[in-house]
Amino acid sequence: MFSTVDPVLLARVQFGLNISFHILFPAINVGLAWVLVYFKRKLAKTGDEAWMDAYRLWVKVFALSFAVGVVSGITMSFQFGTNWPGFMDRAGNVAGPLLGYEVLTAFFLEATFLGIMLFGSNRVSPRVHTLATVLVAVGTSLSTFWILALNSWMQTPTGHEIIDGKIHVVSWWQVIFNPSFPFRLTHMLLASGLTIAFLLAGLSAYRWLRGDRGGDVRAALRTGVFLGAMLIPAQIVVGDLHGLNTLEHQPAKIAAMEGIWKTGTSLPAVLFGWPNEVESRNDWELVAPIPGLASFYLTHDFKGEIQGLEAFPNAHPPVLPVFLAFRIMVGVAMLMLLVSWVGAWQLRRRGEPRPWLARTLVGMTFSGWVAVLAGWYVTEIGRQPFLVYGILRTSEAASKVPAPLIGTSLTLYILLYLFLITSYIAVLFYLARQAARKDGEAFKAEAETPQPVIPNR
Amino acid sequence: MQIHDLSQPAGWLPLVFLGLLALAMLVYVILDGYDLGIGILLRRAGDEEKDMMIASIGPFWDANETWLVLGVGILLTAFPIAHGIILTSLYLPVTLMLIGLILRGVAFDFRVKARAHHKPWWNRAFYTGSLLASLSQGLMLGRYITGFAPGVASWLFAVFVALALAAGYSLLGSCWLILKTSGTLQLRAVRWARGSLWLTALGVAAVSVVTPMVSSRIFDKWFTLDNLVWLFPIPLLTAGLFLWIERLLRAFPDRQAAGDTRHDWLPFVISAGIFLLAFIGLAYSLFPFLVVDRVDIWQAASAPKSLMFLLVGVVIVLPAILFYTVYAYRVFWGKAHPLSYY
Repeated sequence: MFSTVDPVLLARVQFGLNISFHILFPAINVGLAWVLVYFKRKLAKTGDEAWMDAYRLWVKVFALSFAVGVVSGITMSFQFGTNWPGFMDRAGNVAGPLLGYEVLTAFFLEATFLGIMLFGSNRVSPRVHTLATVLVAVGTSLSTFWILALNSWMQTPTGHEIIDGKIHVVSWWQVIFNPSFPFRLTHMLLASGLTIAFLLAGLSAYRWLRGDRGGDVRAALRTGVFLGAMLIPAQIVVGDLHGLNTLEHQPAKIAAMEGIWKTGTSLPAVLFGWPNEVESRNDWELVAPIPGLASFYLTHDFKGEIQGLEAFPNAHPPVLPVFLAFRIMVGVAMLMLLVSWVGAWQLRRRGEPRPWLARTLVGMTFSGWVAVLAGWYVTEIGRQPFLVYGILRTSEAASKVPAPLIGTSLTLYILLYLFLITSYIAVLFYLARQAARKDGEAFKAEAETPQPVIPNR
Repeated sequence: MQIHDLSQPAGWLPLVFLGLLALAMLVYVILDGYDLGIGILLRRAGDEEKDMMIASIGPFWDANETWLVLGVGILLTAFPIAHGIILTSLYLPVTLMLIGLILRGVAFDFRVKARAHHKPWWNRAFYTGSLLASLSQGLMLGRYITGFAPGVASWLFAVFVALALAAGYSLLGSCWLILKTSGTLQLRAVRWARGSLWLTALGVAAVSVVTPMVSSRIFDKWFTLDNLVWLFPIPLLTAGLFLWIERLLRAFPDRQAAGDTRHDWLPFVISAGIFLLAFIGLAYSLFPFLVVDRVDIWQAASAPKSLMFLLVGVVIVLPAILFYTVYAYRVFWGKAHPLSYY
């Protein structure tokens, strides 16, 4: 059934599927780990049990996401070898140590202290338990650091030399702190913060709409909405800077994102269209009425010149997916801005959300996932046809495993992941409903009487 | 075999990383071995026992599996060529193992978080995933030992190793339960351990017999008179450990009835010792090759500069990892308690 399909394409689809599935869970947990630290801190400072109730629900979400993240991450570590032996052969001198540092400094730290964080609160002192929680959070962030260092190096490689076709490192500092790394790392950390912000807000709004309006629901809802409202402007600024950085180092990606086919000055911004690679133009193009807008936001000059796709023959990415994914990402970001700011306004003014807003938040529970995936597709498909930009082509790195074998395992993975993602989302909402039932007195009044400080356990 | 100048980084670095690879794989097999084994045994236990069995591995399994990532990571980093050959040759069992590990990993969390009437299904997923992962790892080991030789006989051998490794993991798992539980569950664990003992022993024997037959080089390493003298303790000690644990397990119910818990830890240590000796024997046979008689560690190694960069990290971080791993085990020392998040 798969024997007629290009094995490189199958290997890419399989790897893409795994990495897409995997990233969903770190995207939640990198942010959620720090939110849990925050909940513990608030509990210690205010003594308000609502923070403990919130911690109780969200630590379960964390444990579940962590398990799914770990096992799909193990899959990734094998697929570097099974799907891209050419990558490890040529770029292994860079990729290997960076992945190695991720395992050594991050994976063991988070996995080991997770046990203490989840199950050890009655076996260690509150101080040690808080320390374990912080170390788990540090671990998740360190992991982001290393993997994004590698990914950014693949996008904007520096600090290396090529001897006999193999990449050798000249300066590790330049390899790690390559030109796109600071932007990509910040962009991803903020994306994780936004993912968890809308997940917090969405699940809490769901509980709110069900009439479960205890202190923990309010606390988590406020945390989510205000976190989102704070992070989204920062994300838009960082995203813009990241775009400028990409224009400098990967102009072909920008041309695909913007749907610019011909090099020119004073280019207008294409709001929407349907890139047509056969005729090198956009069908149904809708252009912003401001002349030179694309030139302006890319070069910060209305008359700036931008290279079109024609400047990169045989070395530019497929345009349609990059173009569409970019619009999805930006669209979700705009929606996030609108909803989180209206939400923050309502919470400040009225202390509670209006039902329509709560419903919108429920609808946006997983909006972070959509934006994260769309963003990753922009940057990863946008790097094509290269695996390491300008150095190693994807087709050169692919495995010699026959297509039917890849196809069979791909089918297994698709079925498994569909099942898991459905179960995961169902269980999250189920946990949210359960949290209300266990509380018993979930419908506590807003006004809390001051309580003595309880050690956080 | 080419002689390498061990005073040069290109000579000694591959050796150091081979040592690290061996350490990671050994720790993985013993640590994840016991929690995979408990997964395999789960089907035989009653509902409350199931919860207690899972509780005995709850705080550890994430970190246990990380040793696999470290092992594969070192193989990938230090010996990329061998990584490519091995994982491409083992594509199918690797895929099956990963699916097994995914199933059991998520089932661990889902079984207590999903609706109560879904719990038996997640228990089944935990069992199936553990079994699938163990069998796949055994199949990989069997295929690896024969140098991925084609033919029915070598595949039959691989299938047998798969069954034997699953039995070996069950042995580790039941000995872990003897250490971490008490009462009727502990007694059942003793029975499970005795049941898995003979297949484990057969597996160790089969690997010991087949490995020298794969290659005349390996045969000569074992069966020259000089070598045999100082190698002989390995099979002898292994056989001794098997006999010892058998006697210990047979006497266990009486000891438990007498309230003697002093030796609860001993079966686990002995079974880990069996794995250690089997591992040493295998490592001695294969050294210095990563793919039997085809690719040795110096041919497969990455650039010395990259290995050196990683070694700095290893030297600093690995002691810390070992330290806090021991710490985590100490925190949960003693008999297991039902799991609770707070």
